[in-house]
Amino acid sequence: MDNNDLIRIENLTRVYKVGETQVRALSGISYRVQQGDLLAIMGPSGSGKSTLMNIIGCLDKPTEGKYYLEGEEVSTLDKNKLARIRNKKIGFVFQTFNLLSRTTALENTELPLLYSNIPRKKTRDLAYKALSVVGLEGRELHRTNQLSGGEQQRVAIARALVNSPSLLLADEPTGNLDTKTGAEIMDIFKNLNQEKNITIILVTHDPDVSKIAHKKIYLRDGKIIKEERE
Amino acid sequence: MNIIRTIRISLRALSRNKMRSFLTALGIIIGVGAVISMISIGQGAKRAVEERFDSMGTNLLFVRPGSRSFRGRHGGGGTYQNLTPDDAKAIEEKADAVRYISPNVSTRAQIIYGNKNWNTSIQGVGAKYPEIRNWEIEEGIFFDEIIVKSGQKVCVLGSEVNENLFEGADPIGQIIRIKKIPFRVIGVLKSRGEAGGWFNRDDMIAIPYTTAQRRLIGRTDRINSIDVSAISMARSMEAVEQIEEILRIRHKIAPGAEDDFNVRNMSEIAEGAAESTKILTILLGGIASVSLLVGGIGIMNIMLVSVTERIREIGIRMSVGAREKDILLQFLAEAIVLSFLGGIIGIGMGVLSSNLISHFAGWQTLVSIDSIALAFLFSGSVGVFFGFYPARKASKLDPIEALRYE
Ligand SMILES: Nc1ncnc2c1ncn2[C@@H]1O[C@H](COP(=O)(O)OP(=O)(O)OP(=O)(O)O)[C@@H](O)[C@H]1O
Ligand SMILES: [Mg+2]
Repeated sequence: MDNNDLIRIENLTRVYKVGETQVRALSGISYRVQQGDLLAIMGPSGSGKSTLMNIIGCLDKPTEGKYYLEGEEVSTLDKNKLARIRNKKIGFVFQTFNLLSRTTALENTELPLLYSNIPRKKTRDLAYKALSVVGLEGRELHRTNQLSGGEQQRVAIARALVNSPSLLLADEPTGNLDTKTGAEIMDIFKNLNQEKNITIILVTHDPDVSKIAHKKIYLRDGKIIKEERE
Repeated sequence: MNIIRTIRISLRALSRNKMRSFLTALGIIIGVGAVISMISIGQGAKRAVEERFDSMGTNLLFVRPGSRSFRGRHGGGGTYQNLTPDDAKAIEEKADAVRYISPNVSTRAQIIYGNKNWNTSIQGVGAKYPEIRNWEIEEGIFFDEIIVKSGQKVCVLGSEVNENLFEGADPIGQIIRIKKIPFRVIGVLKSRGEAGGWFNRDDMIAIPYTTAQRRLIGRTDRINSIDVSAISMARSMEAVEQIEEILRIRHKIAPGAEDDFNVRNMSEIAEGAAESTKILTILLGGIASVSLLVGGIGIMNIMLVSVTERIREIGIRMSVGAREKDILLQFLAEAIVLSFLGGIIGIGMGVLSSNLISHFAGWQTLVSIDSIALAFLFSGSVGVFFGFYPARKASKLDPIEALRYE
């Protein structure tokens, strides 16, 4: 087994308890992701894509199985250590943007840096830089409710990038956008992957979107039913 | 996580919703304002009482018949009379810590001047009465030792009596009738300005005690009480002891037996009055503290609502790496910042309203540093205490559920 894997998951299982019944959202997933990969996770609704992303993004813990990120086992870490990992190594982009309302693009982008030990003066510079990467120069001081959906998602991407994470996760990032805007957002991911060699994992329903991916996995009922590589 | 950063995050979050922040702080503003102004009323009353006693002369001592333990029953010198003019003379001559004495014989009587009638208190006193009581003469003169010794029928009017009988006309040299006996007015006392209250000290007439004995009471061997002024405040206890010694010998009281008189000094009486204003302060402060408490509960209430309203925000913060501790500190800091700001504004409001109270109601008020410090400290701890529960609740949220919350 290659120890240079960025991500290695083994037999990952996640069971939700809802009252008396148990929902097996993931059952026995094993997979590896290398540095620089662009992976698309596909599958029908309810197949467990978001559940898997949340575990990879250290927002959730598996019921069983192991998850190694950069060689470190994170499936056993406590809440605080997971928060540190989210802060340092992971950038997350959501379908619903999840920006703070009544707050400027700049302040939203700065947010992860407020929870790290980066000096304040430097957080400004980093946030400006991240916003220019996603093409929002000049809009830094606009409030999020003054921005279009596509622009809001760009702010969310800038926020995900600002900490220079090893891993960028996006759960249906174009799900709330029209086709044209969605394509623009996908271009940003493509460029980040190709030009900056950032590892990206995307969840999507869109077959066009998955064309830019080097690797694809298909989930159904919490299992990988198909893997594709270029 | 450093404190300055936490405070900055809190301030930013608070400024995102200024109206809600203001309403939250309002409870504290009102609470602190109420505490400060209520305590200022209590302290002002205390100061007013102290000043009143000061104006009466802090060196003042009273000698009255009746033992200390029977003071309640025999006090006031009404029926049980065992002090004599010679007792007074002995004190004046022998007690060297005593400056002045004034034998006192008091009664009430009907006064007639022209067609006007007035019922008032008649104080038969010695020549040094104004000095002992720290009382100035407005017009004319007070009777001197010679007049007292010869028991002349002269009187000095309290300002209220003067107003009622003479209505602005010059009273000096006029003849008034006390119990139908003619007295010549030789002076008027300055007003002590205590309209209302339990005892209006301007509603009285002073006459020589000798005259009162002979003309009004009809016996010359007894007096009601003796007013004494000590040489100085420092020597007033000494004066009390000297008087007690002199009177015990004169009244032939065996060692160990109880005195048949009592000597009290002014500071003792002033202390009693100060004690009651202290109770007033505690009472007012206590009532106001309740409103501060209500303000604190208001903070908790709004912080709880705010946590629910901001679940998504909390989820977002957690998703980018905020730890439980960061969220806890943020919400706690918000509560503390609110209650401190509320406290500062409340102190301003309290000082302002106590000034308004003294201006419009005419009560003396006193804002002490102590009450400001107390209110400030209290408002801060209200923030910590009532902010903790909502803050903890926020920090315990699960990031995924929080993000999904609509
Ligand atoms: N918090 C939860 N409690 C209980 N069951 C849950 C919870 N979250 C997800 N599930 C269940 O787990 C399964 C997988 O859900 P998940 O959100 O991962 O699906 P998904 O592939 O992302 O679907 P979609 O494409 O609609 O987003 C579903 O059956 C869902 O009902
Ligand atoms: Mg999903």
